[in-house]
Amino acid sequence: MNYKYFPHTEEDLQEMLKATGSKSVHDLFADIPEAARFKRDYELPEALSETDLRLFFEQLTAPGNTQQLVCFAGAGCYDHYAPSVVQNLIQRSEFLTSYTPYQAEISQGTLHYIFEYQSMIAELTGMDIANASMYDGATATAEAAMMAWGNAKKANCVLVSETVDPKVRRVVETYAHFHGFPIKLVPAENGVLNRSALNKELAEGGVAGLIVQQPNYFGIVEDYTGIADSIHEQKGIFVVNANPSDLAILKTPAEWGADVAVGEGQSLGIPMTFGGPGVGYMACTEKLMRKLPGRIVGQTLDNRGQRAFVLTLQAREQHIRRQKATSNICSNQSLMALYVTIYLSLMGKEGLREVAEMSYAGAHSLRDKLIATGLFKDTFPGQPFFNEFCVDYDGDLDALLDECVVNGYLAGVKVGEKTLMLAVTERRSPEEIEELVDIIQQFKA
Amino acid sequence: MNRTLYGNLIFELSKKGRKGYSLPQDYDRTHTTAELPETLRRKEAARLPECDELTVVRHYTNLSHNNFGVNDGFYPLGSCTMKYNPVINEEIAGMKAFAGLHPLQPAVTCQGALEVYYNLQESLAELAGLSEFTLNPCAGAHGELTGLMVIRAYHESRKDAARTKVLIPDSAHGTNPASAAVCGLEVVEVKSLADGTVDVEHLRQLLDEMGSDVAAMMMTNPNTLGIFEPHVLEITEMVHKAGGLMYYDGANLNALLGECRPGDMGFDVMHINLHKTFSTPHGGGGPGSGPVGVRKGLEQFLPTPRVKKVIVNYDIPEDGPTEWEGFIIDWGQGDQEKPLGSVGNFFGNFGVMLKAYAYILSLGSENIKQVGPLATLNANYIKERLRDDYLLPIKGLCKHEVVFDGLVDKSTGVTTMDVAKRLLDYGYHAPTIYFPLLFHESLMIEPTENESKETIDAFIDVMHKIAEEAKTDPELVKTAPHNTPIGRVDDVLAAKQPVLTYWKSLENE
Amino acid sequence: MAKFEEGLRYSESHEYIRVKGEFGYIGISDYAQHALGNVVYVDMPDVDDEVTAGEEFGAVESVKAASDLISPVSGTVVEVNEALEDQPELLNEDAFANWIIKVQLSDPSELDNLMDVEAYKAHCEE
Repeated sequence: MNYKYFPHTEEDLQEMLKATGSKSVHDLFADIPEAARFKRDYELPEALSETDLRLFFEQLTAPGNTQQLVCFAGAGCYDHYAPSVVQNLIQRSEFLTSYTPYQAEISQGTLHYIFEYQSMIAELTGMDIANASMYDGATATAEAAMMAWGNAKKANCVLVSETVDPKVRRVVETYAHFHGFPIKLVPAENGVLNRSALNKELAEGGVAGLIVQQPNYFGIVEDYTGIADSIHEQKGIFVVNANPSDLAILKTPAEWGADVAVGEGQSLGIPMTFGGPGVGYMACTEKLMRKLPGRIVGQTLDNRGQRAFVLTLQAREQHIRRQKATSNICSNQSLMALYVTIYLSLMGKEGLREVAEMSYAGAHSLRDKLIATGLFKDTFPGQPFFNEFCVDYDGDLDALLDECVVNGYLAGVKVGEKTLMLAVTERRSPEEIEELVDIIQQFKA
Repeated sequence: MNRTLYGNLIFELSKKGRKGYSLPQDYDRTHTTAELPETLRRKEAARLPECDELTVVRHYTNLSHNNFGVNDGFYPLGSCTMKYNPVINEEIAGMKAFAGLHPLQPAVTCQGALEVYYNLQESLAELAGLSEFTLNPCAGAHGELTGLMVIRAYHESRKDAARTKVLIPDSAHGTNPASAAVCGLEVVEVKSLADGTVDVEHLRQLLDEMGSDVAAMMMTNPNTLGIFEPHVLEITEMVHKAGGLMYYDGANLNALLGECRPGDMGFDVMHINLHKTFSTPHGGGGPGSGPVGVRKGLEQFLPTPRVKKVIVNYDIPEDGPTEWEGFIIDWGQGDQEKPLGSVGNFFGNFGVMLKAYAYILSLGSENIKQVGPLATLNANYIKERLRDDYLLPIKGLCKHEVVFDGLVDKSTGVTTMDVAKRLLDYGYHAPTIYFPLLFHESLMIEPTENESKETIDAFIDVMHKIAEEAKTDPELVKTAPHNTPIGRVDDVLAAKQPVLTYWKSLENE
Repeated sequence: MAKFEEGLRYSESHEYIRVKGEFGYIGISDYAQHALGNVVYVDMPDVDDEVTAGEEFGAVESVKAASDLISPVSGTVVEVNEALEDQPELLNEDAFANWIIKVQLSDPSELDNLMDVEAYKAHCEE
């Protein structure tokens, strides 16, 4: 025995065993059938001291094993700046080591910040209300699809635009397949939703909802004018998956007439960490409040007359409704929502706009420079984009990307045989943009 | 914990013109968002707070002082396994080299990360007695859903898709039936006996009636009462015979570490809550991680992406044949039929996995074996020491948690809710209350292996003291808590007139 | 103690129906509102929706519980009690005076499958 996470001394063990009337700790498992008992040692490494543990991970992160690249990749995960304060406050153990705030009296810290988070998400998206967060943007979108399906009285499908991130689409399709409703893909044209194809689907009727993305997967800012009305005409639900960081500038889901806004909140202060944990957000109109999945925090009063916050509208949830719940979701990404909340508190109204402006400026500058090399063409000519864009490369794209990696650059994500998608955030300096272009030019030369 | 309420909201500290960030100013401003057509831009700026840095630091520090975590004190929240979250694991997960990894960077540039990922998959398989794990699911309920998808995909592959019923004991966590419903399955409840274990006769009857419709049975073992299901081997055999698969809800796996593996009991599919059994912090409700494991023969039904170990043979002109052993990501976009699909953005909560793997390496094979026994000893010790004052409905051995049915003396009118609230006054987190539903006054206590005899003795003393107070001064207990930042809240008001944002609260003023 | 009202028909799931001509007023019994506690929300169907005997048409929620509303008869919803939208507590104040939906019955013979007050009282005491 004697291990740092186990406080039991031999004396403690004896006294406790005596109180339980057992001779050894193994007697406490006497009710397990013999055939199910595990009697050997686990085939796992032996215990590592803290020094060796640190060394082990340092070796794994050494340059040969894990390479730090200057990141021009996006596709749902972005290398944004977050003030140092965010990470520091996140580590406060009162937040980190607590659980779901069931006991409101000793959980006002968590409940306050979730209420702030809900308010910020509602404000960014323009929606009436938001829940206390979901696992990630993809599952939040799948939950929205199920919400649309569950809300429809007579419907035969949920529509998804082809310009929605294929990874997100795949999750929506997976959920829909097992939940038991069809997903129909509305095709794209020149990188945006094909409106005549959409109108054709709508004319057939039975549409429970439509899911679109903004900016779309290819970085294009789409014009969704008029879509909400045509969806609402058949009592369907309009779902907009939006990057919340860009909503400092872009038209809000509410302004597009969305009933539900969802998306990935990673770009609001959360490190990339190989794609997770991030945080899904989900906001909706007041009308859909009781169909919303997940935890929700509300304001109330305590018996001393103080303003207080509490988990509310719980009759929607699995622990009460069981199989009739709006969703099976039980946890929320509370700590990740805290990243977002602290980040937005620091960046505020102006900071988020500045981030958006810098990212926009950087992306457009990079696109101009790439086009000027004569090696690239716009994949979707004339389409407005935000901080991510696609270009077609006239050459061996894989070899080009390898060359960039050798030089310490992640030059983007390959989204087609010739098509490269690049993202620029405020963390990419003009010098880095310049150097990437140089590497590319020299490779060709 | 600060026992006075720090009640501010960040919006109330905002003042126009303040800022809490600094960004570089030298960038190419040739393009600005003003280029975007007006129809694509929002009309009014978002009303986000405007605060200086110190204001933000103090605000969230003060909020944290109104919170209670495992580091503050004993947190015996049943079914949640609130174990210690080792600090070294935070250091490792925070390493810059991991934090800066993009999920779509080439596999050759992130072998270290993939090695952790792969080794954790393998370690969990060994600990569970199963063949392979996916780490994609982000939480326990997400794992349940994924596991049920695997089961349906298996039946679909056998052209046996008419199996749409899932058997679930009435004592199960609410997530079980909810996950089944999300997965398009119909829930059929299996009754429990008076001792809280599965009624095998009722199960037999259900299987006789509808065996060919049964996709799976979901089980938690030890069950939600903390009791090991004595007939588990018989149950798994019966369900298998009927053509169904057995799903193991890993919520209570902590009890069994070192003593028993789900795969050895006959389970086919399971999830593990890394935030319970493998010590990753609960973070106020998340992020968790809910890896799903399967027995041999079901691996191909796991969702993509998958991290795999491969050996590649090259033939380099000067050096001759060379072998490269490493890790790759299979995104599932190949030609082969993928029966399941994907369940998340990328490949799960990698930051959480790092902590879990660091925990496994810290403990090593020898110490992991102590986890279940010590947690179980702690729970049985509490059971024996509290049964004089608290009603113990099931007398035998418990595993990692024990359920009481309120106070023995019901004449005082003091309820489980009151006991829970009074515990807060004494500096403890409350146990899980009013679950499981089998008893009216459930009080479910889970002391993890990290809790010392002194901690537990002090808790027992306070529980006895509260039982005494219930007799001598019941009002004191019924009106508790008295010594917390806020008193009991008006839940009815919150639900009847929902105020879910700051903006709504302003409208009401 | 729960109140019971004569002249109504009751279902096992604790809904009552007050029949007036071709219409029926459906609500929850006083016994049911007692069991639920403070009602915070009533989920009601829309006018013109069809309801079917034995199938759910909505739900009543309290803070810690929720109960589906099961229609005792089949028919078409002709009116919903809009007062409950803002004052769900009316169900606690007087469950019999505050019906939830008004239905045009499509098959009055279904009423024969329901309990009278004496049978319902016995059902509640079980």
